[in-house]
Amino acid sequence: MKIVVCVKQVPEISNVRINRETGTLIREGVASILNPFCEYALDLAVHLKKESPGTEVIAVSMGPPQTRSALMRCLELGADRAILASDRKFAGADTWATGKTLAAVIKAAVPDFNLILVGKQAIDGDTAQVGPEIAEFMGLPQVMYGVTAEFGKTRKRIRVRREVESGYEVVEMRLPGVVSASKGRLIRRLPSLKAIIDARSKPLKTLTAVDLDIDDSHLGLKGSLTQVVRIFPPQSRADGRKLEGLDPEGARKAILAFLQAQHYVEGGQPSC
Amino acid sequence: MLSVNKDICNSCGLCEKTCPFGAITVADACAVPNENCTLCGACVNVCPVGALSIARKRPSPEKMAEYAGVLVWGECEKLPGDRLAPKKVVYELLSQARCLADKLGETVTVIVLGDDRLVGVKTLGAHGADRVLRCRHPLLDRYTIDGFANVICSAIAGEKPSVFLLGATPNGRELAPRIAARMDLGLTADCTQLDIDDQRQMVQTRPAFGGNIMASIISPYTRPQMATVRPNVFPAAEFGSVSKAFRVDDMAVTLSKAAIRTKIVEEMPLCEASVNIEAAQVIVAAGRGCQNKENLGLIQALAKALGGVMAGSRAIVEMDWIPHTLQVGQSGTTVSPQLYIAVGISGAIQHVVGMSTAKTIVAINCDPEAPIFKVVDLGIVGDALQILPGLTQAIRDAAVKAAKP
Repeated sequence: MKIVVCVKQVPEISNVRINRETGTLIREGVASILNPFCEYALDLAVHLKKESPGTEVIAVSMGPPQTRSALMRCLELGADRAILASDRKFAGADTWATGKTLAAVIKAAVPDFNLILVGKQAIDGDTAQVGPEIAEFMGLPQVMYGVTAEFGKTRKRIRVRREVESGYEVVEMRLPGVVSASKGRLIRRLPSLKAIIDARSKPLKTLTAVDLDIDDSHLGLKGSLTQVVRIFPPQSRADGRKLEGLDPEGARKAILAFLQAQHYVEGGQPSC
Repeated sequence: MLSVNKDICNSCGLCEKTCPFGAITVADACAVPNENCTLCGACVNVCPVGALSIARKRPSPEKMAEYAGVLVWGECEKLPGDRLAPKKVVYELLSQARCLADKLGETVTVIVLGDDRLVGVKTLGAHGADRVLRCRHPLLDRYTIDGFANVICSAIAGEKPSVFLLGATPNGRELAPRIAARMDLGLTADCTQLDIDDQRQMVQTRPAFGGNIMASIISPYTRPQMATVRPNVFPAAEFGSVSKAFRVDDMAVTLSKAAIRTKIVEEMPLCEASVNIEAAQVIVAAGRGCQNKENLGLIQALAKALGGVMAGSRAIVEMDWIPHTLQVGQSGTTVSPQLYIAVGISGAIQHVVGMSTAKTIVAINCDPEAPIFKVVDLGIVGDALQILPGLTQAIRDAAVKAAKP
């Protein structure tokens, strides 16, 4: 079995700052990490590999050259090899162009895959769109928000337990297909020193646009179907209050009065 | 256009069975498309050998101008008594769809998918819809990504709307990109603001980087312009009178079992009614400051008194006090209820990004320096365990008093 895990490198969200004058992101000095949901997807792949010996796990990413560090992390966490698609032509891609490119990367580098795993969403864009778009571009079925998964006995199907609004459901899908990972029950492991050293000798290949069977007009900013016209900081809560030194009775009264003024609770004095 | 690779086609006939427009037939041991083809793409995914492909051209400005009308996906949920009816988010979408359509001078159509159990379709007419496109088929008895994508794509191909909106619910968020990819459409996720600019384009505004910035996005090259809209951000459309022109049209649905490639083999509903935190209007969230699992009863009671649900921080999920489906924050669920009360949650950025778009935020925490206080409308420094019982009782009393005029 060959499992492709598509991953994204994202800025560490707690460090994101906005330039108030220009309304743009300040990227300098912001650490990059492997997107947490992509790490869950990788964990799921490693789990499936354990259940099905002989399985190969291939981490794939699209991004600037520094995305290597996210792929190195994947190799440390158990991926067998990694592929980075990196080219100036890919820059500025929206989800449609990203999905197109990643589909082309998988077709070029791992044409005989059985399963594609993705994270449910990335923590920077939060769109959750690239996974289903890859599935559609490759004509594959999809199961989203998976928490655990197992291959069928003949390995022609996969059973995925997934989160739905009313709880969980188990869905069966024939392979090849696409599964997205939510936070599962799998415990996140820190890679051992040996795993870190071993990762350095695992293959990490880089592809550029010329290696892919894709029209240049579908790549990057030029290939994107959406266009960002404005970026601005969100409205801040200007009139927030913090009350200190109240006894429980005073605190209770303050909260009740506030909830009544905001009409979440009936009664009280009308607010002005 | 749709092309058939004659060398690969094994003339199995699935495409013919699946096509909603009767636009492909198998003749001379090979599938042949005809002039009825709308490029909806239903046949491409169902082909077991991958013999079909669609090459789309970007439409010219003249072609784009032919697209008109605002289409809304009327996502349904199962109601007691074995009925299917549109969810609350559909009414929220309708209020926005109405505004957009009025600015464009166009009409609002809701597409509703289900089987014979569908109800509540006419109610949509009293909430701003001009028309309902009803799609009924035994295979649409429950949501499946393949079945719903096929039917909606064929509706879009036939209707040619200028705007298509879906709720950013779990189903909406997986369905929208599938449709956008199939029909090569620009799509913006999780919008919190929609408008029409002077070029008659939809301007879609959404939070990014966990709510740290807002981005306004347009889809200048493709029609319909697609967006998913975050639930609980917009008020539901007011109940009004049904317009005289309101009508319900039934769309003929062609769907084969083979087109649906996933099968639900087991359902495990959580017994707690509080599970759906994404759609909740009022959330009371517990953090480590609640000290132990038993104290969550106080949170649950307050949530119930306010007609809301309980949720929690990552810390208490990791301690196994609550399941992960109730976790608010970066590695959990992003919520934007009307009211969010954080109890004993310090407010690490990873938590705050999951709730900062709530309309009103109240926090109770012992630590006056807790970062949660930076995002609150009302912050109380104090011991929540002492405050909550009295508060819950006071809220119940207020409700009882209000009920007795």
